Amino acid sequence: MDATFASIIAAAAPLVYAAVGEAITERAGIVNLSLDGSILLSAMTGFAVAFTTGRVGLGFAAAAGVSALVALLVAWSGISLRLNQVAVGFVLTLLAAAVASYQGEGFVHQPGPSVTPRPIPVLADIPVVGRALFGQNLSVYGSLLLVAAAGWFLARSRPGLSLRAVGERPEVAHARGINVNRYRYLAALVGGALVGVGGAAFSLDQKLGWSDGHTAGFGWIALAIVIFGGWQPLRVALGCYLFGALQVVALRLQSRIPGLAQILPSIPFPLMIFALLLVNSAGLRRLLARSHRVSRWLLPEAPAALGRNFVP
Amino acid sequence: MTRRIASFLVPLAVALGITALLLIVAGAPPLEALGLIGEGAFGDTTRIADTLTAWIPLGMAAAGLVVTFRAGLWNIGVEGQIIAGAIAASAVSRSAPGGPAIVIPLLLLAGVLGGALWGWLAGILRVKGRVNEIFGGIGLGFVAQSFATYLVIGPWKRAGVASTSGTEPFREETWLPTIGDTRLSWVGLTLLVIALVGVGFMLGRTRFGLRLRAVGSNPASARLLGVPANATLYWAFLWGGGLAGLAGGLLVAGLQHKLVPAIAGGRGFLAVLVVLLARNRVAFVAPIALFFAAISVGSSQLQLRLDLDSSLGAVIQGVLVLAAVLYAGWQARRVLVKRLAASAEATV
Amino acid sequence: MSLLIRNVTKRFGSLVANDNIVLELEPGALHAVLGENGAGKSTLMKLIAGTLQQDAGEIIMNGQAIPPGSPAAALTAGVGMLAQEPLVCLPFSNRENFRLGSAWDLEEATQKLRQQSQKIGFRLHPAAITRSLSVGERQQLEMVRLLARGIRLLILDEPTSGLTGQQRDQLFAALRQLATEGLMVLFVSHKLEEVNELCRTVTVMRRGKVVGETTLPKPEADLVSLMFEQAAPTQARAPIATDGSAAVELSGVDAGYGRQGIAGIDLAVARGEVIGIAGLEGSGQGALLRALSGQIALRKGRLAVSGRDLTNRRLREFRKQGVAFLPGGRLEEGLIPDLSIAEHLELANGTRFLIDWDHARTRSQASIDTFRIKGYPDTSVDALSGGNQQRVLLSLLPPKLALLVMEQPTRGLDVESAAYIWNRLLERRRDGTAIVFASSDLDEILTYSDRVLVVFDGRVIASRPASDLDAEQLGTLIGGVLAA
Repeated sequence: MDATFASIIAAAAPLVYAAVGEAITERAGIVNLSLDGSILLSAMTGFAVAFTTGRVGLGFAAAAGVSALVALLVAWSGISLRLNQVAVGFVLTLLAAAVASYQGEGFVHQPGPSVTPRPIPVLADIPVVGRALFGQNLSVYGSLLLVAAAGWFLARSRPGLSLRAVGERPEVAHARGINVNRYRYLAALVGGALVGVGGAAFSLDQKLGWSDGHTAGFGWIALAIVIFGGWQPLRVALGCYLFGALQVVALRLQSRIPGLAQILPSIPFPLMIFALLLVNSAGLRRLLARSHRVSRWLLPEAPAALGRNFVP
Repeated sequence: MTRRIASFLVPLAVALGITALLLIVAGAPPLEALGLIGEGAFGDTTRIADTLTAWIPLGMAAAGLVVTFRAGLWNIGVEGQIIAGAIAASAVSRSAPGGPAIVIPLLLLAGVLGGALWGWLAGILRVKGRVNEIFGGIGLGFVAQSFATYLVIGPWKRAGVASTSGTEPFREETWLPTIGDTRLSWVGLTLLVIALVGVGFMLGRTRFGLRLRAVGSNPASARLLGVPANATLYWAFLWGGGLAGLAGGLLVAGLQHKLVPAIAGGRGFLAVLVVLLARNRVAFVAPIALFFAAISVGSSQLQLRLDLDSSLGAVIQGVLVLAAVLYAGWQARRVLVKRLAASAEATV
Repeated sequence: MSLLIRNVTKRFGSLVANDNIVLELEPGALHAVLGENGAGKSTLMKLIAGTLQQDAGEIIMNGQAIPPGSPAAALTAGVGMLAQEPLVCLPFSNRENFRLGSAWDLEEATQKLRQQSQKIGFRLHPAAITRSLSVGERQQLEMVRLLARGIRLLILDEPTSGLTGQQRDQLFAALRQLATEGLMVLFVSHKLEEVNELCRTVTVMRRGKVVGETTLPKPEADLVSLMFEQAAPTQARAPIATDGSAAVELSGVDAGYGRQGIAGIDLAVARGEVIGIAGLEGSGQGALLRALSGQIALRKGRLAVSGRDLTNRRLREFRKQGVAFLPGGRLEEGLIPDLSIAEHLELANGTRFLIDWDHARTRSQASIDTFRIKGYPDTSVDALSGGNQQRVLLSLLPPKLALLVMEQPTRGLDVESAAYIWNRLLERRRDGTAIVFASSDLDEILTYSDRVLVVFDGRVIASRPASDLDAEQLGTLIGGVLAA
C-alpha cells in the first residue's frame, strides 16, 4: 500500500507541474493552449541538455526556459498584437511538437541521466504516508511543495489576489491601480516555466529518455484537469493524483488483460470529456445554485476574463 | 492587393529564414536542403503523383474545416473525424461484397457517415453539454484513435499475429483505381475538386453559408434575424466531420488499403494549419494544402539524402503559419493605431 | 479638503462629452449632478476618478492637481468612486474584494472591514462571497472599502438603481452622517426626488455642458425644465385607424432582465396603436420591451399576440406571428459586424436556398435608397455610423408585422432622419401594426405616441393619451411622484 501511494504521487508529479503552472497562467486570464507541444519540447530539451552536460539540474532549467519562451509568445500575441490566444496556442502546440521531434532525433531511446532518489531518513519510514511524501526525489518533492505554495499564493497572498482579479475582471484590477498586463506576462512566464519543469520531470524522472510523441497527449489532459480542478491548485493536484492512480492501476492490470497497453493512453480522454460535462452541467448548476459555498466547490467557474485581451 | 501578397510573402520569408538557420545549425547546406524538398515533391512523375496523393486527404479535411471555422467553431477534433471515417470505410471494405463499382462508393459513403457522426458528437457536447469543442474534439480524437488501435490488434487483427502495423490488406476490389503505375487516384482527385468547389459554392452562394457566417460572428444578432443558431452549428459539425471522414475513407481505399492505428497521422492538425494560413478562404485552401503536401512529401528526401529528420517539414509548416498569424496581428495593429491617430487629428 | 474642477473638456471622436466644465465643492458638500442620458455626467465622474483622461483642464484636490487618467493617483489624492456597476470581483469573498489593491494583509483587511462597516451601520460579513450579496450590499462593500482607504471625496454614479427602498434610506443616512464629518459627496442621478431628498446643491448638465446650478430642494418641475430642452409644439396627428382588437396583451407579467426587471405588468396594445414608454434610465424599459418581443422568458403571467397565447414560446413563434424587435445595442444584439448590408438583407428576408447576389445587391440598393442609408450594398455594417446602422435594421423588418418593439429607435440620428424614419414606421399602422418603443427623448415620445406609459421601478405608474400631456407634465411623471 505504501508503495502504491508512493508510485501514484511520483507518477503524477510531471502532470502536477504542468497543470498547476497552467492554472496560474489561466488565473491571470491568459490561456496557453500550447501545453501539449510545450511539454514535449521541454521533455526533449530537458533530456537533451542533461544528456549532453551530464547535469540533471541544467536539464530542468533549460526545459523551464524553453517552455517559458513559448508561453511568452502566447502572451505577447494576445496582449500586444491582440490576437486570439487559442489560435496562437494551437499553432504553437504543433510547432513545438515538430521542433521537439526534429531536434530530438539524435536522442531517441538513448539511456541518459535521471533524477536521483533522495529519501529523507526517519520521515520516510512513517507508515502509510512516509514513502509517498518523504521517500521520493527532488522532482517529486518539488511538485508537492509547488501545490502547497501555489495554493497559498493564490488564496492568501497579496500578489495572488491581484493576479486573480486580473483574470476575473481586469477593469476592476486596473481601477485599483494594478498593472494588468504586467501581471499577465508574469503569470504566463511562471506558468510556462512550470510546464517546462513538468516536461523535464517526464523525461528525467517518470518516463526516462526521449522518443517521438514521448508524453502522449498529456498536455491536453493537463488542460482538462485545470478546468476539472476549477483553477485551484489543490483541486488541480487532486485531479492529477486521481489520474496518476488510474495510470498505476492500469499498469498493474496490463499484464493480466491483453491489449490494454495499447488502449491505455486514451482511457483518460473519455474521462476528461465526462468530467467536463459534469462541471458544465446546467442541471447540476441549477440544483446547487442556492448554496454559493457548495457550488463554488463543486462547480468551479472559469476566470471570467479568460482569453479576453485587455486594453487599459 | 500588395498587402495581401505581403501577408503571404513576409511570413514565407521569415519561415525560410528560420528554416535556413535550423539547417545551418544542423550543419546542412540550406539551399541544397530546400532544393531537395522541392525535388522530393515534384522531381518526377511518381513524386508529383505522391504529392497529389497527399494533397487529397489534406485538402478534403481542410475544406471541411473551413465550414466549421466559418461558424466560429474550433473543430480541432478533425483528426478524430478522419479516423472515424477510416474505421467506417474499413468496416465496409472488410464485409461488403461486390465489385469496385459497388464497394468503393459504399465505403466512401461510410467514411462520410463515420466522420459526420464523430463531428456531430462534438456538436452535441458543445451545444447540449457546453463542453468547448476543442476539448470535446481532442477527447473524441483520442477515443477514435484507441478504437482504431483496439480493432487493429483485436477483432480485426491479422491471422495469427496481433500487431499495430495494421490489419490484413483489404481485397483489391476496395482499392481506388490509380492513374498509370502511380499511387494517385483520379477518384480521389475528382472528389477533392468537387469538395473544394462545393464548399466554396455553399459558403458563397447559399443561405446556409450566409447563416454560418452570421452565427460565427454574432449568434445573438443571428437569432434575432431568424437564424436557427444551434441547428446551424450542428450542420457545420456534420459538414466538417463528413468531409474529414471522406478523407479518412480515401486514406484507407487510396493509400493504405488497410486500417492502421496512425491512419490520420496528424493530417487533421495539419489541415487546421492550412485553414489558418488560408485565412478561412476556400480559394486559398487548395494551393496552400498542395504546398503543405509538397513540404511533407518532399522532406522525406532530407532523411534519405542529408540524414536530416523528416520532421523538419513539420517545423517549416509550423513556423510559416505562426509567422503568418503574428504578421497579420501586427499589421492589423498598425492599421488600428493609424486609424486612432487619424481620428484624434480629426477631432482637434 | 476641497475639490475644484477647472475648465475640463473631454472628447470622444467628434462628440464633446464634457465641454469646459467648472465645478467647486467645499468639505461636507452633498452635491448632485443631474442630466438626461448622454448629458455627460458619467464622463465627468470618470474623469474625476481617473478612469478616463481629460483632453484639457485640471482636477484639483485640496490645491493639488490630480495626475489625469490614473485611478490609483485619484485614490491617493482622496477620490473614490462607486461605479454604476460596483467594481468588485463576484467570486471573491468580501474581505478579498476589500483588500484588493491595498497593502493590507488578510487579517488587517478583515479587521478594517468590520470596523468601518460597523461605523456606518452596514452589515457585511467578511468571509461571505460577494456574489451572494445584493447589488446594494456590493455598493456598501465598495463604499466601506473606499472610506477605509481614506477618501475625502465620494462619487456615486446612479447608486440607487438596484436598491430597495430600505437600502436606499440606509445609504442616504450613511452619506448624511459622513458629510457631517467633512466628506464631500458627488451624487449623480436622474431621479429628482432622491436628489431633492439627499443633496443641498445641484449642477445640471445637458449635452456636455453645465446649464445650471442651484440650491436644493427645488420644485421638480423647475429641475425638469433645466434638464430637458423645451419641447417643440406637438404636431397634429392623424387619429389611429384601429378596429380596437388587441395586437398584444400582457397580463400579470413578471420578468427579469439586466439590473431592473418588471413586475405585475398588465398591458393591451391595440392594432395600429403606438405606445411610447418613458421613464428614467433603467426603470424596467429593457425588460418590458424584451418580454413583449419574446426575447426573454416570463417568470409569471401570460402573453398573447393577436389573440394567440405565446407565453414562453420560442423566438421563432414570435417571428411567425409578426413580432419584431429592434434593440438599442445595434451592433451587439441587432446586426452582425462582418456582414454587408446586402448580406443582412438576404439573411433576414431571403427565402431561396441559392442566393443570387446580383439580385440581392439590386434589392439592397433599393433599400439603401428607400431608407437613405449612407453606404453601398457591399459595405460592412460595422463601417456604418450609428444612425445608418439603425436604418439598416429598419430596412430588415419584414413587410407585414403585428407588433414592432423598439428600444431608442432614433438615438444618434439627426432630427430630419428621425422624422423621416418615423413617417415610414407610422405608415405601417395602416396595416394594423402596433408599435411599442422606449426612448429617453421626451419629444419623440410625445410626438409619435398615441399613448404614453411611464415606468418606474419595474412597474407602469402612468398610462395617458399623449394628447393630454406636455413635456413638463411628462417630466414630472417620470420623476416618479405623481403616480396615476
